[in-house]
Amino acid sequence: MGRKLLLEHVNVPGIETLEVYRKMGGYSAAEKAIKTMQPDDITEEVKKSGLRGRGGAGFPAGMKWSFIDKKSEKPRYLVCNADESEPGTFKDRYLMEKIPHALIEGMLVSSFALGAKTSYIYIRGEYFYVLRILEKAIEEAYAAGLLGKNIFGTDYSLDVHVQIGGGAYICGEETALLESLEGKRGNPRMKPPFPAISGLYASPTVVNNVETIAAVPHIINITGDEYAKIGVGRSTGTKLISASGHINNPGTYEIELGITVEEFIYSDKYCGGIKGGRKIKAMIAGGSSVPILPAHLITKTANGEDRLMTYESLSDGGFVSGTMLGSGGFIILDETACVVRHTWTLARFYHHESCGQCSPCREGTGWMEKVLHRIEHGHGTMKDIDLLLDIAKKIEGNTICPLGDASAWPIASAIRHFREEFEYHILNPEKVKDPKHFAHEPFVSSNVENA
Amino acid sequence: MSKEIVFSAETLEVVNKIIKRYPEGRQKSALLPVLHVAQAEFDGWLSSEVMDYVASILLIKPIEVYEVASFYSMYNLKPVGKCLLEVCQTGPCMLNGADDLVAHFEKKLNIKVGETTKDGMFTLKTVECLGSCGTAPMLQCGADYHENLDETKADVLLEKLRADNKRSRYC
Amino acid sequence: MAKVTIDGVEMEVPDGTTILNAARSVGGDIVPPAMCYYSKLEGSGGKCRTCLVKVSQGSTNDPRPMPKLVPSCRTTVMDGMVVENITSPEVLEARKGVVEFLLINHPLDCPICDQAGECDLQNLGYKHGAAATRYEEERRTYKKIDIGDKIKLHMDRCILCYRCTYVADQVADGDRCHGIINRGDHAEISTYIEKAIDSDFSGNMIDVCPVGALTDKTARFGSRVWFTKPMDAHRDCENPKCSGKVVVWEKGEEILRVTGRKDAYHEVEEFICNTCRFEKKKVSDWVIEGPRHINNKSVISANHYEHLKDIKEDIEKYQKQVAANINKA
Repeated sequence: MGRKLLLEHVNVPGIETLEVYRKMGGYSAAEKAIKTMQPDDITEEVKKSGLRGRGGAGFPAGMKWSFIDKKSEKPRYLVCNADESEPGTFKDRYLMEKIPHALIEGMLVSSFALGAKTSYIYIRGEYFYVLRILEKAIEEAYAAGLLGKNIFGTDYSLDVHVQIGGGAYICGEETALLESLEGKRGNPRMKPPFPAISGLYASPTVVNNVETIAAVPHIINITGDEYAKIGVGRSTGTKLISASGHINNPGTYEIELGITVEEFIYSDKYCGGIKGGRKIKAMIAGGSSVPILPAHLITKTANGEDRLMTYESLSDGGFVSGTMLGSGGFIILDETACVVRHTWTLARFYHHESCGQCSPCREGTGWMEKVLHRIEHGHGTMKDIDLLLDIAKKIEGNTICPLGDASAWPIASAIRHFREEFEYHILNPEKVKDPKHFAHEPFVSSNVENA
Repeated sequence: MSKEIVFSAETLEVVNKIIKRYPEGRQKSALLPVLHVAQAEFDGWLSSEVMDYVASILLIKPIEVYEVASFYSMYNLKPVGKCLLEVCQTGPCMLNGADDLVAHFEKKLNIKVGETTKDGMFTLKTVECLGSCGTAPMLQCGADYHENLDETKADVLLEKLRADNKRSRYC
Repeated sequence: MAKVTIDGVEMEVPDGTTILNAARSVGGDIVPPAMCYYSKLEGSGGKCRTCLVKVSQGSTNDPRPMPKLVPSCRTTVMDGMVVENITSPEVLEARKGVVEFLLINHPLDCPICDQAGECDLQNLGYKHGAAATRYEEERRTYKKIDIGDKIKLHMDRCILCYRCTYVADQVADGDRCHGIINRGDHAEISTYIEKAIDSDFSGNMIDVCPVGALTDKTARFGSRVWFTKPMDAHRDCENPKCSGKVVVWEKGEEILRVTGRKDAYHEVEEFICNTCRFEKKKVSDWVIEGPRHINNKSVISANHYEHLKDIKEDIEKYQKQVAANINKA
């Protein structure tokens, strides 16, 4: 345990430059792939590796690649989703900022595998300074003949461009991203058709997350079979986790999938335990969209088994007692945190980020935020709690894209596990007036006591 | 605005380079980056005249620009202060003191969120998650992220911005 | 061809047909309501979510049910597909939710709205909604604006179906100067800076609007729709793109309003030009063909004493019910 692939050389001085990156073995996978492998063999290796989409959905990457329409006469595109905007998630930013060539090399290998001659990296608008880092890296790669015409002396040519966004979480949804890349509003498209058939400019397109693409050269280096040996079951390989909230060492960590949640939270190698030695109250394991879990369900599943950092173990118990690995945005709330306030800020986030195209999300996210705002500020009524659950239920599954679900799950799960805290707000409006109400006098729920 | 709305030759070159990234006939793809360039060039916001100018460069209808510019949160459709302070307030930042930070700025600058100081120096804006959760609380001013902020660091930052007296810009 | 079953009714439709259009080919209660889809406007549909249905069997080859409710206007049929519309409690519940979402920020100003009586949202609410609202927050409001001298935009009433933008792109010469600005629940139809929509076919935006957001300024507040009589009429229109086939809405000897001819699903049969719509308000301008047959039972159709039998039956049923209730008491 503890094997590093993506971040193995992150502390090597100058690793952001092409020179040092190559010294550490960079672009050897690209050379191997382009000079000695057939595109389909690369897809095959990625399939064997079991690599799953690292953006949040966890869809097998090799399978996604194999859906691309090869009969189409239109150009094919690889688009990298660097629109990292899920609250709690900042791993792609870290990787691009520290080792930009890891992404460029991944783009090169993946584009070759897919037969793409032009590829785009769509990065969120707020990451302007990261855009500059990527542009510099791309310039270096062009100068060294690693991008452009006849790469490694073969007849393969590739152009990579970076597109900057304008500030919209929804563009992390792959079809909204494509709309945005075409210079339009980030309204998700109806599916089908899926991007693999009709994506960017109605051409066959694969959209992959930064971390997914950056993992591909490592798979080529060590082979898919070796990669699949890391991890547990269908959770193969390593994963970047960005940890934040009330922990001693917030930051981005590369873990082997399969370490225990307990180790991740309490080991000094990772989060280093809860700030100020306080009690843990809740965990959001995979970005703000995934269900929040109370203390007694964090390190153990409902069956009493150790909870692991894997897709399967985190979702053990379904939404009743489990959550999701999602994007790896790991947020810890300690006993001084107010779950209601935290949930309200997330509701406000989804309200702010709804594209407004379909009615349940457009109207429902705003409604939920307003009700939560009232509860948090001491103006709620008991029937508001069930109202929230009902609104969430009527959004979930009924929208064009997953933003509807993403807005509903945090609220439904917070009420599921912390209902008494919502009730406390309604019954004690005077006590919740101060925004930091529980910082002075933690609300002791049965969940915290059980921990 | 007294300035004539035309990109400088230098900027026009940048814009043309951006347009070349896309296949022929797909120049609308350049809209988001070009709007950033336009915002930086014309005082940090997009007037309808500026947007019409961008439309004329990309050969699209003005409404297509308005639709896009008003969709994304980074385009200012009204004038803003010289330095736009965008304080993150979502979940993890809230847990680590974003509320206090916003309150501090409001007091220190004597304005409310969404307002601009009388001298036109600062506009205070709250924003949603900037992907800096591990270094919370934080704010963005132009392309720069200012992280792990507390009241003292915030004051130092304000002083520095005031002394530099430069317009904040993303690009 | 594909064989589909919707609410137990079997039908055969060409491959590529959507579930909604398959249902419409048969008609009746199996047809899901649609607020944003418009068969004559490319790209429309999928947004309002009122036409969600349950696919309980995907196809003969792959009989698995679809995991989520699907928008029937954008989902194509497969051979052997089994669909549940009003026979599915899940669908009815979701639809009730959608109606509620569409209404929480709606001003409910039907008493002063010109669209009342022929409003898709009113009909939808009546058929699929709840009797009372649970919404206690402030409703969003906008200023009423003119988009052109003949069209009033009442954004408060808009449900963001996007139809009018498609009309501007596809019908009104592609000269679109209005669109959707802002995002989320702040999104609105706007020209952004005040601009008149200048096209001979812009008036069709009024006809495609499912609610009272876009109304005809030459007819505003003229009359409640149920006090007017719809008559099919035509004229030799100078505009080669306009068929001149319209419905004139008469009150006494006066023509209060001219619209396109709408079918059972409130879609115009043909788009008409602004001259026909806004300028020709004299009976002598038109060759009157006769009463417009309105297929669905409504206050408008009652004006021609159509469906009187149905209405009579309704009244008798109601009287019996009242009598029964009195007896019980």
